[in-house]
This record gives sequence, structure tokens and C-alpha cells, in this order.
Amino acid sequence: MSIATTYRTCPRSGLQFESQAEKLMLANAVAAVVFLLIGGILAVGVVLTRWPSIHWLEADTFYQVLTAHGIDMLIFWIIFFEIAVLYFCSSTLLRCRLATPKIAWAAFVLMVIGAVMNNVAVYQGGSSVMMTSYVPMMAAPHFYLGLILFAVGALIACFVFLGTLVVAKAEKTYQGSVPLVTFGAITATIIAVFTIVSGAIILVPTFLLSIGVIDAVDPLVYRTIWWAFGHSSQQINVSAHISIWYAVAAIAFGARPMSERVSRGAFLLYILFLQLASAHHLLADPGMSTEWKVVNTSYFMYFAVLASMIHGLTVPGAMEVAQRQKGYNKGLFEWLRKAPWGNPTFSGVFISIIGFGFLGGISGVMMGTEQLNMIIHNTIYVPGHFHATVVIGTMLSFMALTYFLIPVLFKREMIAPTLAKWQPYLFGLSMYGFCLVMMGAGTLGVSRRHWDMAFQGSALAYEWPGAAYMMMGLVGVMGIAAIVGGAIYIYVTVGSLLWGKRLDQGQVSSAPTPVPVTAPAAAVQTYGSSGLVAPGSFVLAIIFLVAFVLYYFINWKYLSQLWGLS
Amino acid sequence: MTAISPPAERLWWKHPIDRVEGMWIGIAFVWSMVMFFMMVYWHMYGGQNLSTETYKTTPEQFTAKAQAMVDQYTVRTEVDGQYPVVAPPVGSDVYMIARLWNFWPILQLEKGQTYRLHLTSLDYNHGFSLQPANINIQIVPGYEHVVTVTPNQSGTYSVVCNEYCGIGHHTMVGRIYVK
Repeated sequence: MSIATTYRTCPRSGLQFESQAEKLMLANAVAAVVFLLIGGILAVGVVLTRWPSIHWLEADTFYQVLTAHGIDMLIFWIIFFEIAVLYFCSSTLLRCRLATPKIAWAAFVLMVIGAVMNNVAVYQGGSSVMMTSYVPMMAAPHFYLGLILFAVGALIACFVFLGTLVVAKAEKTYQGSVPLVTFGAITATIIAVFTIVSGAIILVPTFLLSIGVIDAVDPLVYRTIWWAFGHSSQQINVSAHISIWYAVAAIAFGARPMSERVSRGAFLLYILFLQLASAHHLLADPGMSTEWKVVNTSYFMYFAVLASMIHGLTVPGAMEVAQRQKGYNKGLFEWLRKAPWGNPTFSGVFISIIGFGFLGGISGVMMGTEQLNMIIHNTIYVPGHFHATVVIGTMLSFMALTYFLIPVLFKREMIAPTLAKWQPYLFGLSMYGFCLVMMGAGTLGVSRRHWDMAFQGSALAYEWPGAAYMMMGLVGVMGIAAIVGGAIYIYVTVGSLLWGKRLDQGQVSSAPTPVPVTAPAAAVQTYGSSGLVAPGSFVLAIIFLVAFVLYYFINWKYLSQLWGLS
Repeated sequence: MTAISPPAERLWWKHPIDRVEGMWIGIAFVWSMVMFFMMVYWHMYGGQNLSTETYKTTPEQFTAKAQAMVDQYTVRTEVDGQYPVVAPPVGSDVYMIARLWNFWPILQLEKGQTYRLHLTSLDYNHGFSLQPANINIQIVPGYEHVVTVTPNQSGTYSVVCNEYCGIGHHTMVGRIYVK
């Protein structure tokens, strides 16, 4: 029983798009970019206020803007885009129709209503509770209701994705196992279901509390369950953007995974262990036992760290193997020097990989260590870390993928290709700087979510060292540079969509063409050096490890000089 | 063939792992284990471990205990009498209240001596951020957290609130003197 729909084969990429899925991808991607635009405008207010010598907004406006910035960026922009990615990874890569398009549209509508409702609540005032909205600080009822509606919509979209996998299997549009990228998307979806359910478990009672149906939600229970939602959301992003890394390696180089078994195994580790690591948000809290903290942030988190370290080798490794096959076989790094650095789809992903690993990964593991957490908890080091993971890791990967999708999915020629070529460098490298100076200020103790580091009007004000002020000034400078980079991305994307030259949409047919079966390649590769197929990537991985080990132990040294605590 | 198409090998899970990946997985796993044992090692031999001693409390109960300490051990007041400076006996239980938007009272401790510092919030979540030492602890309302502290340097320390707690958040700073 198949519904009347059409399939078009893109003449530029050979991908096959089903018309319903294509419209839904477009709608979700556009909604994502709209929220990115709003979040980006809000970011101007955040950085110009945190920049001490400018200190632009008043306190109440600043907290309002910061709340909306966090939610619009971290939830709405990213999840809308992820839903588009999910439809791409199922319907497009498996060349089948999208299951239940009507329900998928309903999910989209719910998400839009929820996102708008939540934004309205924040701008009305009285809901400046930050993204975390810790009880007993309360927001307006429609703040929570908006989030709940959005989450329900996202959950429905996850099930549409899973349904599409079933359709592909039933209609035999592919043979064997799903592609690695789809496998990664399935990982993201499984984590998403866990995440959204955790969110519902805690946000529904909080909504009921806000309308007076129940009397209290325990603050510690709230924090514990909220982080099962809050951190797991970021694990969806990790799975999604690593899938995109593999996809881009395939698109830009025709690279195949070094080993399906290793890469899929690493994704599996994510499913098993990532969410448990949410415990690292509670390391400085009362009420949890030491054993609970250590077990949840070591055994479980380190298995997830292990998985990320594996991907950190296998993604560049896949690119390296593909490049060496093409003959870029000189020395350790010819494959990298001769990579298409002028193609924003590649450069964006490579800048994302390096930044995510070195800045996001190393800082994240340090922070997630039970004792070391005390030297950064709630300081601006934390936003420094998550801008490295979510912005450099996830957002930059999404940007890179968008440049590929403009001609393929939007069927438009990219306007301003030169701007697009430079965009990942401007955005990515200014974000590197932005994260580093935030981590620097956080190491000196500067608080996050704080309107005035001069403590105006406080009887017992504390004087931060001059270096802290300098770093926060640099946060402003780097932040503005990054916002300009983000604005260029929005200009290129929206501009291409509105007035880019229309491109040929390719052959349209009423039946899908199944994925062709490929012959297995030889298991043993005969290039590379010193018996390694990807020596360059291995060297990069070792450099990463050395940086990791050094930074980790430097922080123990720092901790050991503090007050005794037991 | 590539990552965006189904694997060419039907039995991809039987594909041998090449040397680069195998070595890296081994190294990464060993490093993960080192990090795990480091936390345990620090609990046995390190001097900075956050206590987990916690009790349920109410604002009334906690305020009464803090007030009793203030009544007994106040040595002077600061900021026009708003903040008593309390010098409790070495090794005793000391109390600090976090509330909108101050930390009360001011404590005066002795260098090298150990105290049981009780923390709670009377309203929202707050953050205990000791500067310039940079020790940061979450304060959750309804929960009394007992942290055993041993100041290792004399001087004036500030306690900055670093958990967002509303419009006056930036004015919430307390103080601890170490003699």
C-alpha cells in the first residue's frame, strides 16, 4: 500500500528525494534557520552586556535575552535542523517514501506552536528563568507548555523517522544493513526518545505547579531529572553531528568508513552510556553519594568518551584513506594539505572536528571529573565548554551540511560563493577564540549568567583581577566576530533560497529506484606507511591525547593547591 | 560503499579491525581507566573531595541554628550593623545562609583549622563560589549541605553567588575572613 508520491533524482548528487520528505526537510530547515536568526540577534545583546566596558542591556532585559538565547539556540534551532537531518537520513539515504507525511506535518506544526509560545512567554517578562528553569524559581505556565508542545512534536517526528525505516525495510528499497550515517541517526533518535521522556517527566509536574494544581516540586529531584533531559539533548547533537561528519567525508571524498564495525560499535556505546553521564551536572550538588557520582561519571561517561575518541580518529582516518587512494600518499599529511580547503562543506566539518575534540572534548572530560568539577562549576568556563561542543561541533557541522544541501535540496545556485567559502573560517576560528577566553575567565572564577562582574550596589563587592576583565572584553570581541560569521551563513542560506538561480530538479518518477548493491572492496588496504592505513590521523590522535593528558593533570595540580575539603 | 550507502559487506561485523583503529581503541581505553582510577585515588590520598553529607532542612530550622551561632560568637559587625562577623570555635559547626540576595553572616576562620560549614538556601538555588580560591558548590533549597573546609591561606575571601537567582543576582556577595 503506497501513497501517490513522486521521487526525483538530483542530477548534482545522485540522491533521490521523495516529494513529501523533501518539503518537510525544507520546512524544518527553514524553521531552524529562523530560530537561529532570532538566537543570533539575542546573542548580540548577551555579548555586548558581558563585555565589561560596554555593559549594554539593563539587568532585567539581559536575563530575558539570555533565557531566550539559550532556548532558541540549544533547543529550537538545533532540534528543527535535526528533524530535517533525520528525514534525510531515512527517506533520502534509503530511497523510500516518508512514513505518515500528514503526521509529520502535524509534528512540525506542534513544534512551531510550542517554540513560538515559549518565546512569547519569555518576551512578556516574568519568565526569565534561564534555559534550566530550576524550581522553585517559576516561569509563566505557557513557558512550560510551549516546551512541552515542542517536545511532543519532536517525539512524533522521531517516530516518523523510525516508521520510515520500517517502510524502507518492508518495501525493500535497500539491501543488507542501513548506511552508517543512518545508523548514527538512529542512535540520535533513541537518545532523543529518552531525552524527551525525561523532559516530560519533570516539565509536566512543573507546568502543573505553575497553574497551581500541585504544591511543590522538589528542587533536587528537579535538577536530577532535568539534567537527564538537558544533557541528553546535547548527546543527540553529538550523535547527529558525528553522523554528519561521516556523511561529509563520504560526500567530499567518497570516503568509506575505515571499519563499519568500529564506527557502529562507537555509536552503540553512545546509546548505552551517554545519558548516564548527565550526572556530571550534579557533581557540586548536595544529596548524591560519592559512589553514585563516581560511577555515573566514570564507567559510564568514559565509555562515551571512548566512543568520541574513536570517532575522532575514524572520521579523519576515513578521509585520509580515501585521499591516499587518490594518490595523495606523500608523507604523513599530504592528504590533508591537498584536501578541498576552499569547499565550505569540507572546511566547516574539519574545523568542527578539531574544535570539538580539542576545546570541547578535553574541557568536558576535565569538568566531568568528580573533584575537578569544583573549580569550574557555574563559572563562565561552562559556556566556554559548551560553545565548543554545541556551536563548533554541532552548529558548524550543520552549516557545512547546509552548503551541500543548497544546490541538492533547495535546487538553487549558491549566492555569494566567496563569502560562503570564508564563512567557516571566520565563524569557526572566532568561536575557537571565544571559547578559549571564556574558559580563561572561568578559570579565574568569573560567574556565568551574571549581569555585572563589578557587583554594582553590593555591600561586599569582590574585585576580579584585571586579567578577568581583559578576557571578558575579548569574549565580547570574539563573540561579535562569531555573530558576523553566523550572519553570513544566514545571508547565504536564506538568500540562495529566495533569489538564488533555480537549478534543474532532475528526473521525476512515480516509483523509487532502490539503492544499488555495491561489490565488497578488498579488506586489506595496501597504502599508508609503517604498516598503518592512516598514519596521519593516528599522529593527530596522539597529539590530541598528549594535550588531553597534560591539561587533565594541570587541573589536578591546581585543585591540590586549594583549601582542604573533605 | 561509503558512509551514506549500505555497507557492501553483508557481514560487516566480521570485518577485521585494522592496526590503526585497534591501537587507538586500546590507548583510549587505557586512558579512560586512568581517569577513572584518578578519581578513586584522590578520594584516598587527595585533600580536596566534596563532602556529600546532606540533611533535609527548612528555612526556620536552619535560620534558628545560624542565629544561635551568631548570638554566641559575633565579634563585630560590618556594613552598618547588617552583617555580624562571627568567629566560631575551631572545629565547630558553622552556618552560612544563602538568600535573596546575600550570604549571611560573615565568617572569620583560622588558617589551617578545620570547620564543618553548613550551607543551605532559604529560597531559590544559589551558588557558593569562593574567590579568589575558585571553589564552587551548588546550594539547593531544602537541603543542608555540610562541607568540611580547611582554609590554607589567610586573607579576605569573597563568596560570589554564581547560580542565577533573579534580578539582584549580581549584588549577592558574602565574605569569609581567614586569620
